[in-house]
Amino acid sequence: MNILQSFKMAIKSIWGNKMRSFLTMLGIIIGVASVIILVSLVNGQMTYMTEQFASMGTNQINVNVSNLSSRSVTVDEMYDFYEDNQGLFSQMTPKVSISATIKSGTETLTDTTVTGVSEQYLEMKDQTLDTGRFLQYSDILSRQKVCVAGYYVAWDLFGGVDKAIGQTLKIDGTSYQIVGVISRQDEDNMEAGGTDDVLYLPYTSAVRQTKNANVSNYVFATADMDHTTESKTAITMFLMGIFKDDDLFRVSAMSELLDSLNSMMSMMSMMLGGIAGISLLVAGVGVMNIMLVSVTERTREIGIRKALGAQKRNIMQQFVIEAAVTSSLGGVIGIVVGSIATTVIGSFMGLDATPTPGAVLISFSVSVGIGLIFGYMPASRAAKLNPIDALRSE
Amino acid sequence: MSEPLIELNDIYKIYQLGGEEVRASDGVTLTICRGEFVAIVGKSGSGKSTLMNIIGALDVPSSGTYFLGGEDVGNMGDYQLAKVRNKMIGFIFQQYNLLPKLNLLENVELPLLYSGIGADKRKEKAIESLRRVGLEEKWRNLPNQLSGGQQQRASIARALAGNPSLILADEPTGALDSKTSREVLNFLKQLNEEGNTIVMITHDSAIAMEAKRVVRVHDGKINFDGDVNEYSAIL
Repeated sequence: MNILQSFKMAIKSIWGNKMRSFLTMLGIIIGVASVIILVSLVNGQMTYMTEQFASMGTNQINVNVSNLSSRSVTVDEMYDFYEDNQGLFSQMTPKVSISATIKSGTETLTDTTVTGVSEQYLEMKDQTLDTGRFLQYSDILSRQKVCVAGYYVAWDLFGGVDKAIGQTLKIDGTSYQIVGVISRQDEDNMEAGGTDDVLYLPYTSAVRQTKNANVSNYVFATADMDHTTESKTAITMFLMGIFKDDDLFRVSAMSELLDSLNSMMSMMSMMLGGIAGISLLVAGVGVMNIMLVSVTERTREIGIRKALGAQKRNIMQQFVIEAAVTSSLGGVIGIVVGSIATTVIGSFMGLDATPTPGAVLISFSVSVGIGLIFGYMPASRAAKLNPIDALRSE
Repeated sequence: MSEPLIELNDIYKIYQLGGEEVRASDGVTLTICRGEFVAIVGKSGSGKSTLMNIIGALDVPSSGTYFLGGEDVGNMGDYQLAKVRNKMIGFIFQQYNLLPKLNLLENVELPLLYSGIGADKRKEKAIESLRRVGLEEKWRNLPNQLSGGQQQRASIARALAGNPSLILADEPTGALDSKTSREVLNFLKQLNEEGNTIVMITHDSAIAMEAKRVVRVHDGKINFDGDVNEYSAIL
């Protein structure tokens, strides 16, 4: 009596009770499928959000300072710091945001994001130009009245990228000449206030426009993503030396946001997986119930087998294997159903959701484990039956 | 006289039933030799089933010794008892006790399966056994596709398959009409003539008369043991 025969016997018995076997499996199928669907969809969502964040620049560190009359940091000091730490940073720019109305002839734009930046900004954002040139160091040095327009601005005010080059527009009354247009960023939408409704000027010109003496925002790009924390610490130390108070400045890394987002998402994934896991547990209890019924129903069979010389372990093996085969069969069907459902639901939600090997592996081993564990109790009950009592049962 | 196969010596089987002591076997001593055909007869509750369970290694006595083919079965554990049942005893039950989901071949193969015989050899032996009872053509059939007599013959084939030292028949004709009963009894006689040792348990004296020797059990004790002619004389 070997394992192979026990398997044959188990399959025969499952096949002989198709309806009952299917209902037993159903719990496992739903449990396994829901684990896979939930975990995979959350993963897909996570990948999507990570990508979105990455496009916003995960290598960037935003610095915000509150300049007081007694303690302040100047742009030159910031640049000195940047020059001293070339190993840590690849780019740096002051950032001066202006809320302004833009006019060209009779056309007016009010939602445009107007920002004063350095010549390194384009490279830092990993963007390209459609036409013309970006801001240059000389523009900044001499506070040139030039600007680089977003795709939307070029089209909305001048009716085309080429038409916009060399044109003049007014920012709160001051005239600026357009020297370049940035490539279209958002392929789907073209709207006011969007990623293409932007205008970049030399930060020096912007400072003058806002009538502030100092710049309060800076963006650093780290040279190496792995040294974000180190870079952040360097900036903090530097600013602490000047301000002596960490309430006066804020240093925040985009990658840290991403990290906390990731941990949030993986917690959610685990939580949902756990909820789905409960349904697997319920399925296990279902398997146990059916196996117990099966033992009771087949008491006479067990008696006959024992009278003919079956050992305890033969009977045990028979029932454990039957339970394990039932639940792993359910597990396999569950994986197939779950994978298909994940792909279908994922495509409806516009996510790139694929069943993760982890979810498949875990839910499958859990279902086999359920079969073994919940099959064990009824099996040992069957094995312990006294052959005489078992033979007498009707 | 040939060598003894079954040696029961001063067997007691005592149950506690609701605080009362029930002596299902009350000092039974019995020897059965190889080649005998013995009927154990007794009324319901006489203790003949207990005796059968002990002889069949399904149960162990409370006290006393039981040797089957020289082996001390009376003191065996579950594991060894199962081995004895498997190798030395062929059971024939009143209700045939064939497994309904298995075909005849698979049913007959069962004891061979548990004794660990390989697939080819097993099939060969099982077919041979079915041929002896005249059912080899029907090996693919499920038990419920056969008549009662055929089912009982299949169960006899199963009992014979392992080539046991002892064939133990518990009311083998109990569920059959008189014509098929006749057939089954004749078949058992034939098996005995071929040298098989047969012990048959029955409540029916007329059936018991088919054996060569009759043992009558009453209240857990043997109150008659003699050949069939002596038995007919006291009826």
